Amino acid sequence: MFLKKAEIFLLPVVSVFAAMLVGAVLIFAVGENPLAVYWIFFKNSIFSLNGIGYTLFYATPLIFTGLSVAFGFRCGLFNIGAEGQLYIAAMAVTLTAISLDGWSAWVVIPVCLVVSFIAGGIWGGIPGLLKARFGGHEVINTIMMNMIAFSLVNYLVVGPFHRQGTQILETDFIPLAARIPRIHALIPIIPKTLPLNMGFVIALLACLVTYLVLWKTRWGYEIRAVGISNSVSRYAGINVNKNMVMAMFIAGGCAGMVAISEVMGYRYTFHDSFSSGVGFIGIAVALLGRNHPVGVILAALLFGALIRGSLFLDLNFDHLSKDLVMVLQGVIVLFVATDKLFKKLLGFIKLPQ
Amino acid sequence: MLAVRLKQITKRFAQTLANDAVDINVRQETIHAIIGENGAGKSTIMEILYGFYQADAGEIELFGEKKKIINPQDAIRNGIGMVHQHFMLIPPMTVTENIILGLEPVSRSGVLHLAQAEEKIRKLSDEYGLQIDPRIEVENLSVGLQQRVEILKALYRDARILILDEPTAVLTPPEVGEFFQILRRLKAQGKTIIIITHKLEEVLEISDDVTVMRNGRKVGELPTSEATANILANMMVGREVLFELDKQPVVPGETVLRVENLCVTVGNKPRLKNVSFDLKEGEILGIAGVEGNGQTELVEVLTGLRRLDTGTVWYQGEDISNLSARKIREHQIAHIPADRKAHGFLSSYSNAENQILGFHYRAPFCRKNGFLNFASIRSYAEELVKKFDIRPPLTDIATGTLSGGNQQKVIVSREFSQHPRLLIIAQPTRGIDIGAIEFIHQQILDLRSEKVAVLLVSAELEEIRSLSDRTLVMFEGEVVGEITAEAFDMETVGMLMTGHIETRSTREPDLKSGPGADS
Amino acid sequence: MWEVLDLELIASGLRLSTPLILAALGGLFSERAGVVNIALDGIMIFGAFTGAVVAYETGNPWFGLLAAMLLGGLVAHIHGIASIRYQADQVVSGTAINLLAIGVPAVLSNALYNSTTVTPNIQLMLPIIRIPVISSIPILSTLLGKYSVLVFFAFAMVPLSWFVIFKTSFGLRLRSVGENPEAAETAGINVYLMRYYAVWISGLLAGLGGAFLSIAHGSSFVHNISAGRGFIALAALIFGRYTPKLTLLGCMMFGIADAFQIRIQGVIPIPGQFIQMFPYVLTMIVLAGLIGRAQVPAADGIPYAQAK
Repeated sequence: MFLKKAEIFLLPVVSVFAAMLVGAVLIFAVGENPLAVYWIFFKNSIFSLNGIGYTLFYATPLIFTGLSVAFGFRCGLFNIGAEGQLYIAAMAVTLTAISLDGWSAWVVIPVCLVVSFIAGGIWGGIPGLLKARFGGHEVINTIMMNMIAFSLVNYLVVGPFHRQGTQILETDFIPLAARIPRIHALIPIIPKTLPLNMGFVIALLACLVTYLVLWKTRWGYEIRAVGISNSVSRYAGINVNKNMVMAMFIAGGCAGMVAISEVMGYRYTFHDSFSSGVGFIGIAVALLGRNHPVGVILAALLFGALIRGSLFLDLNFDHLSKDLVMVLQGVIVLFVATDKLFKKLLGFIKLPQ
Repeated sequence: MLAVRLKQITKRFAQTLANDAVDINVRQETIHAIIGENGAGKSTIMEILYGFYQADAGEIELFGEKKKIINPQDAIRNGIGMVHQHFMLIPPMTVTENIILGLEPVSRSGVLHLAQAEEKIRKLSDEYGLQIDPRIEVENLSVGLQQRVEILKALYRDARILILDEPTAVLTPPEVGEFFQILRRLKAQGKTIIIITHKLEEVLEISDDVTVMRNGRKVGELPTSEATANILANMMVGREVLFELDKQPVVPGETVLRVENLCVTVGNKPRLKNVSFDLKEGEILGIAGVEGNGQTELVEVLTGLRRLDTGTVWYQGEDISNLSARKIREHQIAHIPADRKAHGFLSSYSNAENQILGFHYRAPFCRKNGFLNFASIRSYAEELVKKFDIRPPLTDIATGTLSGGNQQKVIVSREFSQHPRLLIIAQPTRGIDIGAIEFIHQQILDLRSEKVAVLLVSAELEEIRSLSDRTLVMFEGEVVGEITAEAFDMETVGMLMTGHIETRSTREPDLKSGPGADS
Repeated sequence: MWEVLDLELIASGLRLSTPLILAALGGLFSERAGVVNIALDGIMIFGAFTGAVVAYETGNPWFGLLAAMLLGGLVAHIHGIASIRYQADQVVSGTAINLLAIGVPAVLSNALYNSTTVTPNIQLMLPIIRIPVISSIPILSTLLGKYSVLVFFAFAMVPLSWFVIFKTSFGLRLRSVGENPEAAETAGINVYLMRYYAVWISGLLAGLGGAFLSIAHGSSFVHNISAGRGFIALAALIFGRYTPKLTLLGCMMFGIADAFQIRIQGVIPIPGQFIQMFPYVLTMIVLAGLIGRAQVPAADGIPYAQAK
């Protein structure tokens, strides 16, 4: 029985190790020492308080996008649109906050939280609708929605909403009432400069809610059923189309909540291209985390640590930069996708019963 | 010398013995029919001849020579061609492209030279009266013509022996006539033809010899001239009786379900033609017939999974035609689907989760706030697991890990326990062990005693016989006969099932509208 | 604004559509064989990077071109192994390639040239062809006078691809494998092998498309050099309903839109970003309208388990 439970963790762990091996080869090819490199990774991300703080900070948006992709997968849908969904939501939140200047925080913050979810949700729901009504493949449509989103927010931040008097591509700052506190407010010992903010707590809450919804409510029961088999669900009287649209909406909403930690908790403005691929890394997070909220948290922490550690590569090594993390991610996704390969290998080293 | 001689062919798949030391002897230049019910093993043995499968034991002889056929390419090389029930065609490609695939005539650089091929195809088409234009895309051809493309494929490769699997299943009656003409021409030109079928009328009309299979064995072999429908039907369905059930006499009550003039057309083919019948509470109405004669569509319409074209479905006086599947369930109509894997349960869900599937949104399983009530789900599931003797008796293991019989019991436990008034049940005991079969049959009878109306669709005649109070026989989308339990006679029903339309049928005089044999 | 609509615009448009055409044709082969290849963008990036580096190091752009092609094929092969042999989800494995394409070139260029975002300018770009007679005829000289050799190659590939796919036995088998792999298998065709061929071709062409960006159109590799062109190529392919001629039309449409968008920056009130959006919106609309007709190769995206 223990072996069965252990198997769930085995595949992702093996994938990560295999990826680190491949990474080691690349590091070696570039002329550096893999052990030294990995040591720098972990020293700066988990072996120092500051490091941990930043790791959690970088993990926060990944939890949101990981949840987003995972939720979609649970309904049998591949959400590649998290990147576009989070941009749209971030812009929507920024503009909403700015337009509510003068209102009290008790109004602005809840409104912005809701806006982040709904804006992302709409952006995800559209491809969901296209899939349900017209059978349009959600992969292509979410990629298209990404491109449209990039253009749209770029226009807004360069054009009408560009902050006057600066070359930087940013909008005006959101009012103080719209800003959510840094972790410093919860745990005063932690310096205010650490960008880790309440968004992290919200992310954890989102995981809890996702878990409850998916496994404890009738809606989650239906969404998962649809994800397992459209035809069985249809025979049982479940409305497959409705569930697909709902799932994509929620997935979009989760991605949209990145705006909470990034805009409301860190930058306090919409900064052009602020994301650097968080929506895509969410795919790796979801897959590694086997589409489960707990797995997503663990995978997000891992990638958060990698991102944090990678910032120090530049300083310590001549020939390495933070992009190494993108390589590791890619290899991890590749290995997770080809789990048949690992199952074969694991079959050879099966422990004696 | 025989064209084909299959000697003692044996083939086992996991637990089933598909072919049990079967001998088939096909004379040269004849049309040889292999008949039997679903699961008799006739397709399997032909697929062995065609190289799809390897026999576990036995030999193949072609024109007196022993042959080993390891794959379809081998079979083709030996002059054997096969036309499957599900065509192996590529719809957007032309007839020519489909036929030459794998054997393309090319120049040295790989450029296709379609002209040659087209010529040959045209010639073959004329020779055998197939009337196929090689330039048309296959998707623009009728199903009957597509079948001829498959035949051309075999002829193009110089097949001497043609195997056809249920060839008339997809043809309309006039197309069948044309098809038989083509077969006669093929035979006249020296081809040997083997047809797999369950349609007795056609066998009698076109074949020279018949081999009858049942449950994986050959049970008879005779020249068609010596055969009659009776003899063949007898051999096909046999007289094996599995076991006797405890069937109490129950007086049927009110009419629960009434179907009037139901018509359904899929694509170009009519699947249901003016089907009408009644069903009363406490009655088991059996629908007998070989699969593919409209039963699937009938069940789909009744359970809200397919819209009907014309006709009405009345349930307890209310018109329920075209209601959604969920609404149908809410009317206390339960459904046990024929294909349990594809429609009946979610393999990675637990037994408990599968036992509330379709009812999961209601009390007591779900609270008003949307949260599932796991305590009541669990106790409900435990009760069901005990009552239906599901093994292993655990509620939280994935149903996919259970044996077929226990999976079916999970589905049955779900559908029977929500107080249905009408139960629609299709192929309930397909692929499950005797113990589970017995259990499920008894459960159905118990429901009947509780005045539930039961519509039982099955290709297993024995099952219909032992359970039904009345039986309707379906053939090609129509109800071709109605038999009461007392008058039930395997031979008669067997013949009706296979299209041999009999004027003899019995029905009770006080039924208002009922299907009758065409008189 | 209308002054922008001149022949120069069309020429630019044709130039800009070149990488799209190459990538889209690559995608065409792959999808026709039933393998979804969303890694086109990533392969283009790999091709651009390899082309620039090899061209710089060897001083010869032709070597760069060759290297780009070969590496493109190699990267595609990885995608192929994952999705054909191990039946991985084709979209996931394609995404993995795209992720790798963000990281690997950056790491390598940092190692080689101390910059994660650019490689050094190559001295010698691929030659620009000036057709002698045409250059002196007024209208034609603008339209056809001054193109990189790759542009001609790309346009020539369109009828060539059409011919291979529809007029050769290779193409017939390729299409059969994408429509109905079981039928193809019964006809004796090795489904796996055909799919590998298709994937390799898609890698070669997409790699070439990327090389165009770094050694013909530009003169080095820069971060985000593809700007999502691989996905645009995919959109053009879908718009073109998986046929070479219509796909060409789609690519040209995107290319001209791109050129137009560059030209009218600041000239007219409609923001360039909205014009940029147009092709994507169009694709989504076209996708929705396409449903119901069997345009996509029937077995596209479905891993095929070869019978024993």
